[in-house]
Amino acid sequence: MSVEFRKELFADERDDNLNEIGKGTQRQDALGHVTGRSPYFDDHLFDGLLQIRCVRSPHHHARIRSVDFSQAANMPGVVKVIRPDDVPNNFNTLLSLLNFGRDDEALLSSKKVSYVGEPVLAIIASSDRQARDAVAAVKVDWEVLPHVLDVEEALKPDAPVVNEVYPNNSFDYHEKYDHQKLRYGDVETAFAQADKIIEGRYQMSPIEQAPVETNGAIAAPETNDRFVCYTSTQALFFSLGTAGKLLNVSSNRLHFIGGTVGGGFGGKVDSLVEPMAILGCMLTGKPCRFVWDREEEMQVGAPRGAERWYLKDGVMNDGRIIARQFTGYFDAGAYTRLSSYAIIKCTGHLPGPYHIPNVKSDVYCVFTNRTPATAMRGFGVTGVDFAIECQMDKIAHEVGMNPVEFRILNAYRDGDMKAHRREAKNCALIECAQVAAEKANWPIREEFKQASSMVGGGGERAAIPHTVTDEDGKIGDRRAGRSGGGRTRTIAPSSPAPAPAAYTPPPPPVPPPAAPSPAAQQPSYAHPAAAPAYQPSAAPASQPATPEAPPPAAPAPTPVPAAPSPESSPPSARPVNRPGYSRFASNSGFRRR
Amino acid sequence: MSISVKTFASTAEAATALSGDRAARFMGGGTLIMRAVNEGDQSFNTILLANDPALTEIQAQGDRLIIGSRVTMAQILASRDLEFLHPVARAVGGPAIRNMATVGGNLFAEHPYGDLTAALLVLDCQVTLAGGQTSTLPDLLRDRTREPRVLVASVSIVRPQSGIFKFRKVSRVKPKGVSLMTIAAWIPQSGGRVSGARVAYSSMGPTPMRVQAVEQALEGATLDETGVGNALSAATSGIEPPTDAIASSWYRREVAPVHLKRTLLGG
Amino acid sequence: MSKKPVQFTLNGESKAVFVDDGQNLLDVLRRGVGDLSPKYGCGQGTCGACTVLIDGEAHLSCLTLAETVEGRSLSSTGGLAQGAELHPLQDAFMRHFAAQCGFCTSGMLMAAKSLLDRNPNPSRDDVVEAISGNICRCTGYEPIIEAILDAAQNGAGRRSA
Repeated sequence: MSVEFRKELFADERDDNLNEIGKGTQRQDALGHVTGRSPYFDDHLFDGLLQIRCVRSPHHHARIRSVDFSQAANMPGVVKVIRPDDVPNNFNTLLSLLNFGRDDEALLSSKKVSYVGEPVLAIIASSDRQARDAVAAVKVDWEVLPHVLDVEEALKPDAPVVNEVYPNNSFDYHEKYDHQKLRYGDVETAFAQADKIIEGRYQMSPIEQAPVETNGAIAAPETNDRFVCYTSTQALFFSLGTAGKLLNVSSNRLHFIGGTVGGGFGGKVDSLVEPMAILGCMLTGKPCRFVWDREEEMQVGAPRGAERWYLKDGVMNDGRIIARQFTGYFDAGAYTRLSSYAIIKCTGHLPGPYHIPNVKSDVYCVFTNRTPATAMRGFGVTGVDFAIECQMDKIAHEVGMNPVEFRILNAYRDGDMKAHRREAKNCALIECAQVAAEKANWPIREEFKQASSMVGGGGERAAIPHTVTDEDGKIGDRRAGRSGGGRTRTIAPSSPAPAPAAYTPPPPPVPPPAAPSPAAQQPSYAHPAAAPAYQPSAAPASQPATPEAPPPAAPAPTPVPAAPSPESSPPSARPVNRPGYSRFASNSGFRRR
Repeated sequence: MSISVKTFASTAEAATALSGDRAARFMGGGTLIMRAVNEGDQSFNTILLANDPALTEIQAQGDRLIIGSRVTMAQILASRDLEFLHPVARAVGGPAIRNMATVGGNLFAEHPYGDLTAALLVLDCQVTLAGGQTSTLPDLLRDRTREPRVLVASVSIVRPQSGIFKFRKVSRVKPKGVSLMTIAAWIPQSGGRVSGARVAYSSMGPTPMRVQAVEQALEGATLDETGVGNALSAATSGIEPPTDAIASSWYRREVAPVHLKRTLLGG
Repeated sequence: MSKKPVQFTLNGESKAVFVDDGQNLLDVLRRGVGDLSPKYGCGQGTCGACTVLIDGEAHLSCLTLAETVEGRSLSSTGGLAQGAELHPLQDAFMRHFAAQCGFCTSGMLMAAKSLLDRNPNPSRDDVVEAISGNICRCTGYEPIIEAILDAAQNGAGRRSA
C-alpha cells in the first residue's frame, strides 16, 4: 500500500523536516508479535490458577426473586461462590472517576437485571469446565418484567423504568435537563426564511468491537498485601481506579500490568473483568482468571451504542445551509457507562464540518433494556457524521447541486465561528473534497477547484449570532406528561452589531454562490457527468434571502417524521436579550463537585 | 459434569455405545463436539471416538462413490474422484476447519452449517449406518436429534455427468463466511428441457432440505430467463427461512430468487 | 477428574503431559506445556488465532481433543524462528506491518506456513484462501497478504519445515 502525500497543501504551515513523522518506523512490539512472545494478559502462568464464570440473565428485564446455588457450591472443583454482597462497594459508574453522573450499576446485580447477560453471581472453580457446570446448576427465580428496546419508546411516560437511578429513562444533564442542548442563532426564524426545508431520519445499529482477544484479567496475591492484575484493559488507570472503588481498597494495593492488548477498539475500557478477578483472588487467596468467552464478548461486551437522528435543514436555492436542527437519541442500553460522555462529545462536533449560522440540537442519552453501550472508535461522532453526510447528499440532490461542490460551498473556512463558539482553525475539508473528487474522477468546476479553506472565512462569519434559548426538557417533565418549559429567550451576539430586526442570511464564502437555473434542478449526484453548470453570480456579498431568479418549483415535501415529544410544544416566544453572555459556561457538561 | 472420552476400535462398538447412552456424542473431526464442550454444553458428558479406518475411506463403485463419514473436507479436495464436490468442500470454513470437519459431522451440523449436506441431497445420497442399515438423507435429517442416536458409517452418492450439478454458497464476506443461503441443484435436460430436477437449500430452515416446489416448477422448463420464471417465483414456497445474526427471514426470502437464478443460469 | 498421559512432539522437542478428559489442545499447549504462542479468540473455530500444525496440516487447537495428538508432530509459531534467526514469514510480517495488535499473528503465520509448505509459489487468491479462516480486526488483511506473498518470493516455502 502506498501513501500519497499532498505536501503542496498548507506547506507554509508545516515543517516537513521532522525526525519521525512522515518516515517509516518499525513497531517496537513487532518482534514479540511475530515470535508469539508478546505478553498478553493471559500469557502468564500460575500454579493452581482458578477460573471464574458468571451466572447471567436470560431476560431483558427481570426481578430476582431468589438465587439458589446450594447445588453449585458443592460441585466438583468449585472453590467459592461470589454473591453481590461479597462486592465491597457494589455500585459504580465509570465516569464517577471524574465526577460525571451518578453510580448506577452493580458488578453483580442482586435485585433486578436490565439486560440479557447481566451478571448476578460468579463461581470460582479449579477449571473452566467445572465453573461452567456449576453455573448451569444455579437456579434463579426470575420475575420477568416488561422491557423496552427502542429509544423513543423508552422516553414515553408509560415505558418501564430500566434503571432506577434514572427513573425517566434518560441521563440527567447539568442537573437540569433530560438531554444535552446546543443553541446557536435562531433556527426557527431561519427556517421561515429558507427556500427549502429538508428533513431526514437516520439510524445506526449497535456495533460490537469484536477484538480477537476477549476481555479478561488474571489477578494474583503479591507481596505486602498487594494484588497483581494482568489485564487486557485499554485504559489501565481507569481500570485501576474502578477496581479500587468497587473493591474499596486503596489503589496503591493494586499492581496493574497491561499495555499489550489483543485488539480493543473501545471495547476494553469498561473495567468489568479486573475487579472480578481481584475480588476472586481476595476471597480465595489464590490466583484467579476471569475471561469472557466469545459469546460473552459479543453478547455482554458493550458495543458502540445505536443512534437515531432526525435532521432538519433550512436551505437556500443556491445551496447554502442557513439552519440545521438535530434531534438525536443515543441508546445507552441499561446503564450509563460512557454514553453520557459520547453525547457531550457529539454535541461539540455539531453541526459537522460546515458553516451553518443557526444550529439547534437536542440529544438524549436513553436507557433501554439492551446491552450497555460504551466506547468504540470515534463514538459520539461517527453515528452523527453518517447522518450528516447522508443528509448532505440528500440536500445536494434536492437543490440540484453536485454533492462535492455543495460540500465545498458549505465547508468551514479558517476564521468561521463554530456552533460551540470556538473559531474554526486549520480547516481542510475543501482540500480533502478537492483531492477526493480528483481521485474519484468526479468532475467539479474550476471555481470549486480554486476554493481554499484559507479564503473566505472569518469576518461576518466569525460573529456569534443572536441566540434563542429555551428551557424545554427539564428533568422529569416528559415522564410526568408536562410539555417543555416553554420559556424562550435570546442571547445577544458577541459582536457589537445591533440585534437585527429580521434574520439576514450570512455572507457566502468566495466564490459567491448563485441560484442554480431551473434546469439544474435535475438531480446530479448520481451522474457526475451531468453536473449542472455552475453560474457565478454578481450577487453582493450580503445576499438577500430570496434569490433573484424565480425559484423553481419546490420538490414534494419530505415526509415529516413523527415528531419526538420535545418538539411537540413550540417554544412560546418571549425573547429576552442577555447582552454579554456569549459562551455556555458548562458546554462540556463536566462539573466539579 | 465432567467429560469422559471413550475410544473404540470398531464402528459397531461405538454405535452401540452411542445408542445406549443419551448423554453420549460421537465425535468425527471435533468442530462441533469440541465447540460444545468448550462452551459447557450440559446435554452430553461422554465423547465417543472410533479408529476404524473404513470411516476415512473414499471408494468408487460403478457410477457411485462411497464416502466414509470421517472423511474430511480436505480429503474431498484431495480426491480426483470427487472433483465435482471440490467447490462444495472449498466453501466450508478455512483450511484448518477443512482439515478437521467431516462428512458425517456436516450431516448433523445445525443451522447455519450444512453446505455439503445440501449438495448430498441432490446427489441421490444413500446413508449407511454403522450397523449396516440404510436410510435416505431426508429421513436421517428429520430424525437426527432423536434418541436413540445413530452413527453414520458412510454416504453413497451418484457421480454427476458434466454440467448437471450446480452449487452456490452465499455469504456476506469475501472470500467466504457463514452461509446466508446455500443452493445445490441437479439439473438434467432432455431435448432442451429440464427433466428430473433436484434442488436443495441449506441455511433456509432447521435442516438442509429439498425444495419440491422449485423442482416441480422446473420440470419441462427451458434453462433460460423465461423458462426458470416459475421456479424463481416458487423459490421460498412453503419455506420459513430463519432469522439469525447473518440475515433476517425477510431478507433471505427476498434474495432467494436472485441467488436461485444465478445458480441455475450462472452469472 | 481422570487424567490421561499424552506424548507428542512440539517444534521438534518431545513433550509428555497429563490431560483432562475433554480438554482441548489449546489449553494443553498453553497451560500444560507452556507454549503461549497459540491464542484463544473464540473456542468455536471462527477466529483461527489458535491455529497450529499437526503433522504439517493446519488445525484449530481449540477444537482438537488433546488426547488425539498422541504420537503426532506439532508445530507452532513459538518454534518458527531458528534461534535468533526469524523465519522469512516472520521477517516479512515485520517489514510489511502485518502485525498490529499481534493477537491474530500466530494463527496467521501458521496458516501461511501451511500454505507455503505445500505451495511455494502461491497466487494472491491462494493466499486469501489460506487465511480465510483467520480473523484480523486491525490490519484489514492487505499487509498480511502482501507479507505472505513477499515471504514466498523470498523462498519461505522452500525452506525445510
